[in-house]
Amino acid sequence: MCTYLTEKVEVDGSGKGASGWFALSEATVYFDHPQHAAAEHTLNIDFRNPGQGPSARVAVELTAESARALAAAIEATLASAPPGLA
Amino acid sequence: MYDAMMAETINITGYGGDHIEAYLARPLGPGPFGGVVVIHHMPGYDEETKEITRKFAVHGYAAICPNLYTREAPGASPDDAAAAARALGGVPDEQLVGDVLGAVTFLRAQPNSNGKAGTIGYCSGGRQSFLAACSLPLDAAVDCYGAFIVGVPPEGMPLKVGPIVDLAKDLSCPLLGLFGADDRHPSPDEVAELEKALAAAGKVFEFHSYEGAGHAFFAVNRPAYRPEAAKDGWQKIWDFYGRYLAS
Repeated sequence: MCTYLTEKVEVDGSGKGASGWFALSEATVYFDHPQHAAAEHTLNIDFRNPGQGPSARVAVELTAESARALAAAIEATLASAPPGLA
Repeated sequence: MYDAMMAETINITGYGGDHIEAYLARPLGPGPFGGVVVIHHMPGYDEETKEITRKFAVHGYAAICPNLYTREAPGASPDDAAAAARALGGVPDEQLVGDVLGAVTFLRAQPNSNGKAGTIGYCSGGRQSFLAACSLPLDAAVDCYGAFIVGVPPEGMPLKVGPIVDLAKDLSCPLLGLFGADDRHPSPDEVAELEKALAAAGKVFEFHSYEGAGHAFFAVNRPAYRPEAAKDGWQKIWDFYGRYLAS
C-alpha cells in the first residue's frame, strides 16, 4: 500500500550527492514504497536542499529493521560523545 | 497488420496554461484510435510508467503520460522529482484535473483520433483517474488501487489528498476498478464503500479484487508484482477499453 506518511525536519549539515557536497536544509522521512530497494516498503530519507534544485538530494531506503538499528546507533553515538560536544 | 508506433517526449498545455512535459506513444496507422491518459504513480514519471504508456500504443491507443511533477522539478530525474513533489505536499487536485484536461484535449485534437479519451492511473494515480473522470467529460476510466477516494488520510499527513467519494454522482463515464484483496489503502471495505456509492448514483462500473495481491500488483519492477493478477488485470483493461474507447 501507499502509506503517504511523511515527516519533514529542518536539518543543518552537509550531504554528498551526485554532483558532490552541498549544504542540507531539510530531511523528509517516510515509510512507503522504495524506488530501488528490494522490499515492498522501506523507511526512506531524503536529505535535501530545495534552494539548490530537486537534484540536491541524498536518498536512502532502509528496511524497517535496519532503520531502527540506525536510529539506535545514532542515539547511542550521540549519547557517548564527550560532554559538551553533542 | 501495420503495427508501427512512435514514442517521444513532447510539451502540452496543462493547468493554468502551463507548459508541461508529457510522454506520448501512438500507433502510426491511419486510425481512428481512442486516446488514453496514463496517470503515473506517486514515485513519478518513471521508466516503468513510460513502458505502460507504450503498451497502450502497441494495443492501438494513442497514449500520453503527463509529467505531473514538471513544475516542481523540471528536467530532474524521476526519483528526485518525486521526492521534491512529496516534500511540497503532492499534486493539488485542481492542478491534476487541469493537466489531465490538457492531455485529453491534445489526444482528441489528433487527426487520427476517434474523439474518445479515457484515463488510467496507478496508486495515487488511481485516485486521480477517478477524480478526473468525475471532473471532466471522459469516455472510460480505470482506477488501479487508488487510495483515499474513500477514507480519511492519517492525521498529520502533509499530502493534499482527501476523500472524494462524494464525487461519484458526477462520474462522466464507465469506471473499471482493479484492486488487491490484501491492500490496506484502499482496503476491501473502502473498495466496497466506493462500489456502494457508484451503485447508488446509478453509474456504470465494474470492480475486480484479486486474492493474493496487494497494492501495486501491476508494478513489474517491485516485489509487489503479482503476475497472475497483473495478466488478468491487463485483459480486463483491454476488454473495457475495447468496449468504451476503441470503437
